[in-house]
Parts: sequence; C-alpha cells; structure tokens
Amino acid sequence: MKLPTFPTSLARLIARLPAWPPSAAFATACNRAAWPTLGELDWSAAHGKRFRVHVKDIGLSMYLSVTPDGLKAEKSGPVDVTFTATAEDFARLSLRLEDPDTLFFNRRLLIEGDTDLGLTLKNLLDAVDWDELARRMPLALGRIAQAARQRLLPATT
Amino acid sequence: MPLLELICPAGSLPALKAAVDHGADGVYLGLKDNTNARNFAGLNFDEKSLKEGIRYAQGKGRKVLMALNTYPQPATLPRWHKAVDTAAELGVNAIILADPGLMGYAVKTHPGLRLHLSVQGSATSYEAVNFYRERFGIQRAVLPRVLSLPQVENVVDNTDVEIELFGFGGLCVMVEGRCLLSSYACGDSPNTFGACSPGHAVRWEQTATGMETRLNGVLIDRYADHEKAGYPTLCKGRFEVQGETYYALEEPTSLNSLEMLPEMARMGIAAVKIEGRQRSPAYVAQVTRVWRAAIDSVKRAPEQFKALPAWMAELAKVSEGSMNTLGAYYRPWK
Ligand code: SF4
Repeated sequence: MKLPTFPTSLARLIARLPAWPPSAAFATACNRAAWPTLGELDWSAAHGKRFRVHVKDIGLSMYLSVTPDGLKAEKSGPVDVTFTATAEDFARLSLRLEDPDTLFFNRRLLIEGDTDLGLTLKNLLDAVDWDELARRMPLALGRIAQAARQRLLPATT
Repeated sequence: MPLLELICPAGSLPALKAAVDHGADGVYLGLKDNTNARNFAGLNFDEKSLKEGIRYAQGKGRKVLMALNTYPQPATLPRWHKAVDTAAELGVNAIILADPGLMGYAVKTHPGLRLHLSVQGSATSYEAVNFYRERFGIQRAVLPRVLSLPQVENVVDNTDVEIELFGFGGLCVMVEGRCLLSSYACGDSPNTFGACSPGHAVRWEQTATGMETRLNGVLIDRYADHEKAGYPTLCKGRFEVQGETYYALEEPTSLNSLEMLPEMARMGIAAVKIEGRQRSPAYVAQVTRVWRAAIDSVKRAPEQFKALPAWMAELAKVSEGSMNTLGAYYRPWK
C-alpha cells in the first residue's frame, strides 16, 4: 500500500521553510522517542560529522549531527554525507520494511559524500533492535509506529 | 550428515533474529574488524551482541557459525588468535576459516572446536578438501562459486567432508577474493583487508549525465536514471574496450540457484548458504522466508518440486541489478 503522496502546495510550502526548524523538530522528536535505545550503540565514528537527509519529493532537507547525547540539528551548509530518497522510502527504511541496498540497486536511495560515514549510519540503524525501540517508546508513539508499519507492510508479509 | 541446512547471513543482532525467526537452521557472522570478509563500518558483532546472538539462536536450537575468513598478517596475528579464542569461549557451533596457519592454531588450542573451510580458502577439488580434512580435521567445506554442478558432485562423491554451497546473493568471479582488481585500485587486498570495495574508497555522485561510482577516484560506472545499480566493485564496472563501453568482466547480478534444489538434495549437499552479511534485517527476513519454504518443499517431495514464481519474484526484487543468474553451476563447458 502506498502512503498518500504529498499535496504539491504543501510540498512547496515545506521547501520554502528554513532548514533549521524541521531539522530541530526531527532531532527533538527522534531523541525523545528513540535515543534511549539508539544511544546504546557506538556512534563515535559519526561524532563531529554533519549529514543531510534530503527528502526529494517534498524538497525538504534536514541537517543533522550525532553527539554523545543524541541527534543535533545543524544549520544548512556543507555536509560530510547526504542521503536522498522520497518521504515514503525513508519511512519504509526507518520502519525496517525495506532493505537499503535494494533501494540503492533500484536507484531509490542515494548516498553522496563520505561513503564510510554513510555506511556507518546505515549499518547502525540496521543494528537497532526494533522490538526494544517500540517497547521503550512513549506508548502513543509506539502505537503510531506500529500502525504505520502495518499499513506499509506488503500483503505477502 | 545434515541435508540442505539453511545458513543465513547476520551483520547485526536484528539480522540474526530475523534469520532465526524466519527459519534459518544456522546463521553466520563476524566480529567488528578485519578478521572477516565483510569489514564495513558499523557492521558485525562485538562481544556483547555476539553473546546475545548465540543465546538467541542456540536457545531456539539453531547454529551460530563465526567467519574468521581473512588471511592474518604477521604484525596483527594476535587479533586473529584472540578471535578464535573468543569464538571457542562463547561457544559458537563452528568457525569458518581460510588460512591454514589459523587452522593449525585452532586445532592446537581448541581441539574440540568444529572447523569449516571458508569459501575464501578456494578449495575447488576433493583433493584440496581432503587435504584440509587430513591436516586440520575440517568438518565442512564451502565451495567457491566458480564450479559447475557436475564438478561439485565430483567433490561430494569423493569426500567425507560436508559440502556447503552458495544458494543466493552476490557473486565473486575471481575465485573468491583472490583478485588483483581492487588491490590495484584501492591498495588493499580483499582477503586481508576484509572488503573489496572498502567504504573509504567508494564515492557516489549524482551528475547531470547520471549517477557516477568511483573507487579510489577511478570512475567504474555511470548509471542513467532508468538503469539499475550494482555494488561498487571493480569487476562489475563498465569499461571502454576497443571503443565500446560495457560490462567487460561481469554484470551486476545475483546468484540464485533455487531451482537446482532437487539436484542438490540428490547429491547430498549438507548446507546452502545465503550471501549478504552487509545487508539489512529486512533482506535477511525476505530471503530466509523464501528459501525456508523452498527447502521444506524439496525435502517433502523432491520430484514435485517447483520453483514458485512468487519466490523467484521476491528474490529478484532484492537482487543486485535486480537480476538473477545460475552462475557457474549451470554451464555447458568445464
Ligand atoms: S572486485 Fe569482484 S572479482 Fe574482485 S574480489 Fe571483489 S567481487 Fe571478487
């Protein structure tokens, strides 16, 4: 099943927003929901590096870095690595419904810049224990994530 | 002797759990360093996750095999020895080795530890396999993906060693990492560094004419927007040869030998291995599920076995270049 595509007017509006607020909102939400679990992995190879998450269909770019205390929003500017995909593919990746290499083969995921850093982030996200993450999430958030997962799940799974 | 055990890749704890939950008989994994041939940043196991992985898999009656299949260098040999010790102490079911020196160490230090000969050992004949059996007591050998099925059968018929074959996933055309291509471009040998397209050497860039892949600055491919991409390995690049640009060595494609399962069962192949420790838990779940169903089906009724189109489609979806091949298993020449 497909997520509804973004209305163009909304996409245009988002594209015009300064980079800071979406990055900050994302970092805050992510830290609150997931950092207790994510933080157990060794992110030290990514410390001090800047990366950009480019959601191409809605023209949104988030600038982020990883610190020992969690994700941090960064100002726009040069980055070490950029991930580019659509909103739906990012959602499928983060819900672990899609394999990043498969998306890469199909040209739906692009990693530009420092490949080692890109692979580090990708592999660390793969190493996150989803059940543990869902268990530790604030209850409502966990439910939303599960519901989203069910919706995106292919019929055969 | 086991028949068609399903051995699945685990690059992380969630991948290991996905393999076990979807029906793998065993998983194979490696440590977070160059002691194994999938040395990528952020991938693989440390002692804590290894312990948890062993607990999870063995708790459900599945096996954990640890790959220690690179060739140690003199200066860093203690790292390989320590990895063998760790494997023995934590109680893995077997270690997968390529280097005879390391086999010697394992036999001497941990006589009870079960040894498998890695595909990186490149043993292509029963003489070679039996040599490893006589000298080091190996119990299983993984055959390189360069043999045809009749050649495989010749090995199986002439040895007591269990034979494991690759069933699905990435291919290496140069007798398993014995390849000068990536050494030439990157300055690292695949079987000592533990990767033939090391992350630090790979650069992808979207340009006006397509996505460019570079390995240590060398342009190895440029994909137009509609084209599927492959891994950034030199052997799967497109090169200009006498005025024509094409895949001069190998196309980006995955091995898929699923339709040969009845023949493998008849020959007595002990285990089938799925490639892909660098892949995500999502891939491991998808591929394990399909192969579990197929192996169950061939064991139930080998004569009636059919490779279901749904299985093949599911496997093609996750394949490199979205293409599958029978590789060397089926070819008229020897
Ligand atoms: S570059 Fe290709 S042939 Fe060489 S080791 Fe890698 S996969 Fe094998």
